[in-house]
Amino acid sequence: MSGVVPAERRVPLVPAILAQARMELTLLVRSGESLIVTLGIPLGILAFFSLVEVLPTGDEPAVDFLLPGVLAISVAATGLVAVAIQTAFERKYGVLKLLGGTPLPRAAFVVAKALAVAALLVVQSCLAVAVATLGLGWRPAGGIALALALVLLGAATFTALGLLMAGALRAEATLAAANAVFLVLLVVSGVTFDASALPAPLALLGQALPLGALGTALRAALHGDGIAVVPTAVVAGWGLAAVALTVRTFRWEP
Amino acid sequence: MHESADTAAIEVRGLTKRYGDTVAVDGLDLTVEPGQTLALLGPNGAGKTTTIECCEGYRAPDAGQVRVLGLDPRRDARRLRPRVGLMLQEGGVYPLAEPGEVLRLFAAFHADPLPPDALLERVGLADARRTRFRDLSGGQKQRLSLALALVGRPEVVFLDEPTAGLDPAARRLTWRHVEELRADGVTVVLTTHLLDEAEHLADRVAIVDAGRLVALGTPDELTHGDDPEVGFSARPGLDVVDLSRHLGVDVVEQRPGRYHLFAPNDPALIARLAGWLEAHDVRLGELRAGKRSLEDVFLRLTAEDDSTGARQVAS
Repeated sequence: MSGVVPAERRVPLVPAILAQARMELTLLVRSGESLIVTLGIPLGILAFFSLVEVLPTGDEPAVDFLLPGVLAISVAATGLVAVAIQTAFERKYGVLKLLGGTPLPRAAFVVAKALAVAALLVVQSCLAVAVATLGLGWRPAGGIALALALVLLGAATFTALGLLMAGALRAEATLAAANAVFLVLLVVSGVTFDASALPAPLALLGQALPLGALGTALRAALHGDGIAVVPTAVVAGWGLAAVALTVRTFRWEP
Repeated sequence: MHESADTAAIEVRGLTKRYGDTVAVDGLDLTVEPGQTLALLGPNGAGKTTTIECCEGYRAPDAGQVRVLGLDPRRDARRLRPRVGLMLQEGGVYPLAEPGEVLRLFAAFHADPLPPDALLERVGLADARRTRFRDLSGGQKQRLSLALALVGRPEVVFLDEPTAGLDPAARRLTWRHVEELRADGVTVVLTTHLLDEAEHLADRVAIVDAGRLVALGTPDELTHGDDPEVGFSARPGLDVVDLSRHLGVDVVEQRPGRYHLFAPNDPALIARLAGWLEAHDVRLGELRAGKRSLEDVFLRLTAEDDSTGARQVAS
């Protein structure tokens, strides 16, 4: 046995991240429950409430009101619910621990997860826009690029919130909490119906929470009203807080 | 012992790790030469997993030093991880993923991996390639975990209880893979609480109890003491006080039905033992004299009330 230490072996970083992102995306799509939440619920809301006017959506056509809200819901469903639950169970089953022992750097792992979320959101957004345009007669009033940027900002915020739960709570607690928070957000955020139908304090609360703020910002963007500063800042603020907390509290081990 | 700090694959010096008030590892020293297979043997809670996880970089030692391939497992993790393969005690794989997918994923983390398909075949998972991890048998799961540890052509492999929960046939298969690693010159550290596994696989066995190293040596060194002893098995619950008096040597029942005589193997002693068994109408199960089994060593070393005997063998 010679005492020679072999040359350092480099990690092929880009292929490693792409392979990890592909695995993340495969698993997000493979889990049926997750698909119902990420695709079924938003598209169902869009189609049903556009065609059946039971919710107060103001004077404009229902789809004009609903599409921005549904995009916001998609972002929350993927980032908050699907990612939180998937990651929580990855932690529970020791997947995160074993990955932590491979050459894949932790930052690269987070990038891969973000890529998978982004890819899924592109599909969700395209589907929602396609349903709205082809089936419900929606016509964009501009602001597409801004809307895309807002979707990505929202994705970062909700994914950070999802990871915050997944890295701190038990998997079963994350499962319950993610769904409960999602439901509460749906009710108070004014994304599926006009928030002015809610009692004023509740409506205000909804706009202070990231889903309501994201919905309002997206609505302004797609109505061609440009950047809605306060809602955008609310989304970004939640995101920064979630990232700061997640970095401090995230546990990789079961 | 030929221990030299320059070439050691793994070097552990004075490793101490506490969890709250519990001392999990208490000043452990260990050296593994390149290409050697070391078995960490000990009862549950002895500190085996904590020791191995300090080597893997999962735990920061409270005191002492750990070097793997001359590197610090935490500080130098980036340089070390491409050269190390590891298998956790359980889990570690996406339940919904297929073996082929997971192995290809782990292969993508390495510059020069083993071809995933050939490796799947080697560990006998070719037929289970498209079966989701959660639907694999316990043995198949363990073998996939082993393949994940090997796919990067590691120089050092850590296996935490690689055969836990496996049936005998599956255990033999895992043994064969570990033997192949040794033949390839890979350094292997494995934990086990199975004596025959340690005896079969390891170049050296480190017996750990209550966070301390109580014995270290080749299986031969550990089983050939200076003072060969006599042991026998019979029905449990014999009157060892009376037997001790009759033989004039100390007798203990180590485990139900397994008795140990603290005396050299001497024909007169055996004759007296046979006489006592006849007088009490006890049928002899098994009689051992001379070479101790690793089990004897282990039981003596890890018995709570026998810590003085442990020190002698450890020296």
